[in-house]
Amino acid sequence: MRTLVALLFATSVFAQSTIPNSPGVKASVAIRNATIVPVTSAPIANGTIVFANGVITAIGTNVAIPAGATVIDGTGLSVYPGMIDSGSNAGLTEVDSVAGTVDTAELGDFNPNARAAVAVNPHSELVPVTRVAGVTHVVSTPEGGIISGQSALIQLAGWTPEQMVVKSPTALHIRFPRLRSGSPFGPPPDEEQEKEAKKTYTKEIENLRDLLRDAQAYGKASAARAGSKSVQRFDRDLVLEALVPFVEGREPVILHANLARDITAALKFADEMKLKVILSGAQDVGRVLSEVKSRNIPVILGPILALPSREDDPYDLLFSNAKTLHDNGIRFAIQTSDAHNTRNLPYHAGSCAAFGLPKDVALKAITIYPAEIFGVADRLGSLEVGKQASLIVTDGDPLELRTNIKRVYIAGEEIPMDSRHTLLYEKFKRRP
Amino acid sequence: MKKIIALALAFSFSALAQERVTLIRNATILTITKGTIENGSVLIRGAKIAAVGKDIAAPAGARVIDGTGKFVMPGIIDTHSHTGVEGSVNEISLPNTGMVRIGDVLDGSDISAYRQLAGGTTAALILHGSANAIGGQSQIVKWKWGRPVSEWPVAGAPRTIKFALGENPKSANFRPPEGTARQYPQTRMGVEEVIRKSFTDARDYMAAWDEYEAKRKRGETAIPPRKDILMDTMADILRGNIDVHAHCYRSDEIMMLLNLADEMGFKIRELQHVLEGYKVAPEIAKHGAGGGTFIDWWGYKAEAYDATPYNVALMVRNGVLTSINSDSDELARHLNHDAAKAMKYGGLTEEEALRVCTINPAKQLRLDNSIGSIEVGKDADLAIWNGHPLSIYSHVDTTFIEGDVYFDREEDLKRREAMRKEKEELLKKEEEESKKAKAGDKKEKTK
Repeated sequence: MRTLVALLFATSVFAQSTIPNSPGVKASVAIRNATIVPVTSAPIANGTIVFANGVITAIGTNVAIPAGATVIDGTGLSVYPGMIDSGSNAGLTEVDSVAGTVDTAELGDFNPNARAAVAVNPHSELVPVTRVAGVTHVVSTPEGGIISGQSALIQLAGWTPEQMVVKSPTALHIRFPRLRSGSPFGPPPDEEQEKEAKKTYTKEIENLRDLLRDAQAYGKASAARAGSKSVQRFDRDLVLEALVPFVEGREPVILHANLARDITAALKFADEMKLKVILSGAQDVGRVLSEVKSRNIPVILGPILALPSREDDPYDLLFSNAKTLHDNGIRFAIQTSDAHNTRNLPYHAGSCAAFGLPKDVALKAITIYPAEIFGVADRLGSLEVGKQASLIVTDGDPLELRTNIKRVYIAGEEIPMDSRHTLLYEKFKRRP
Repeated sequence: MKKIIALALAFSFSALAQERVTLIRNATILTITKGTIENGSVLIRGAKIAAVGKDIAAPAGARVIDGTGKFVMPGIIDTHSHTGVEGSVNEISLPNTGMVRIGDVLDGSDISAYRQLAGGTTAALILHGSANAIGGQSQIVKWKWGRPVSEWPVAGAPRTIKFALGENPKSANFRPPEGTARQYPQTRMGVEEVIRKSFTDARDYMAAWDEYEAKRKRGETAIPPRKDILMDTMADILRGNIDVHAHCYRSDEIMMLLNLADEMGFKIRELQHVLEGYKVAPEIAKHGAGGGTFIDWWGYKAEAYDATPYNVALMVRNGVLTSINSDSDELARHLNHDAAKAMKYGGLTEEEALRVCTINPAKQLRLDNSIGSIEVGKDADLAIWNGHPLSIYSHVDTTFIEGDVYFDREEDLKRREAMRKEKEELLKKEEEESKKAKAGDKKEKTK
């Protein structure tokens, strides 16, 4: 019936999903006889998981089921934590070619005060499409320019952006300047072009440095003024103000860089500025392992299902980077950098396991590892008593292509398993 | 430089091309058309599959590959590729560019071909772009990486042409360069008109030639009509000598093309992309067109907003010959993933899922007598996987085309260090030579 009602509205204009965002009821639920995969501890066969008021209250083989709880038979099913995409445009775009529906990239090089949290569309069709695939949380990320803005970790349920935002800012995103000369499709650059490229590159880094130094000064001045009214008053500057927590090393900066020389330059710059760094993209991370390891910084790999940048790179470079990091004891998580197909997150992780990453680690790279890296592991990323009931019920390994997601709970609320895609399917299955 | 590295990579493979008799045994053989054989063998003799079954003895001198724990499946066939094209895939200048041919501009140094072999893909339809209602003629190839590109086209394969409907041919998503006029058509009405006019003209052209031939036969004086290679192409479509592969999204434009083709008297071989195929699947099946689609791409433009990953299942259930294809150097490396997703989205069986990337695209290319399944007498185009190819955890170990190894993971891993050294040496040499050249310049100047 719910499906039928939704169908009446299925032909909507862009970005107006007719599927309920979330029920608003934190159910009391017990799923029993299921394989419980907590991720942070060994799987429990024939286990029971209980949650109420949005929080997991019990996990085990011998668990009392509270009176009044909805009991779900999980025979043949498995329970996993909801998956977390460490980098996605979901929430910020609807139809890529229709500019009016796209809010991913602001104009200009420096937009530290652009915040994903204020532009996430709770009624986007991408929200149901993504969550019914078991991806319950994404770091919704702005792009473009050099400082792209601030990302927000959001849950894919809620009627307002505020209800969706779990943590904002999650990080400041800096796409570190790249030394580029010539087009990859054109002839090699001549000396003049190379000089020009070098000049632009140097200038971009100088501008970035100047801005961050200004922000450090602004932070000091603000603190001084707050401490004593005798310090001269000055007008607020929203750009610098936005940068303060990041340039003071209190909040993380995600540095996007792929080629070895860019990673090296970005990390040196971060040292100089004393930034708290997370490295993102990092296609060449295997060439700069010691630089990453010595700084003890985490890495967000991905997209994994993408092409290596050089034609003579190993064909499996991006598939095997995760194993390289794991073998070297470097913390990492995996992102799709996608929007519409953020739902394919488990396959980005699974592809790493096809090339040597242990399967359980691949699962961690899209559950507990991102939760740890983004500082929300007290609530998300694994099934543990006291953590939030953001979990999925599946008929198998969620990284496997043919596994079906049967139920999704986000913060204890049962999410409808409809999406634009299932509704269209239901409608046309019935076409006379 | 780019070319030198690519060629260096190619050389080592021609050595492997000497092995002519190969037996793969103890593997799970996914024949596609004749079921699955556990602990089975495939015997390859020359370019062909010589035997498939449970117990096949190794002929003397055969290379024997132990396939214990492994899976053998036919090479994946991608009916929508733009790999291996020198320069642009779009001859963008006219609404109908049916006179140009992708086969004239193949590039055998595109590393994507090798990467696709590493994903078990062996054959592809390289299509012209979608900038025009009637685009250029396309080319069916096998990814014979390392062989001269003249050997890539599949001999005797049908001739093909690209049509395109909707946003791309009506230039909806790009502006012409400054100072350039907007190009006709700008609407779906105009797209229909371009195709209608082209075939109307072609009918007249054919009539003019028929009349001329008839006169000549009767011994009358006759002036031959002017030869027109575009009209020759259109006429060959009407004669059924060129297969149409039509890029399309919305159900209305799909119906437009099917109706127009019926009216003009030709067939649409394959609807490409066809994201709204599920809305008119009975009509597509009735026309006899195939559908080659993405499993889950959506929302990248307005006409892709009504996509659903259940499209494959709905088309299959309505009797449409359905394949999944890539339109991407990247996706073409793991079409097995997308085939497997068709089980999740709409419940295709394992065999049906395997078919959408093997025998179904072979049929759409009308090459199912030689590729698309593991059967005696067919081309030995196949891949050995280290696990079930519909599992995310599997990768390809070895890929064969016509009995020759074109990708081998072990060899690839072994060669990496040598390639790195070779590249270093080449770069060093290049640097030295440019230094020498500079020194030479200076000398010239001082003279």
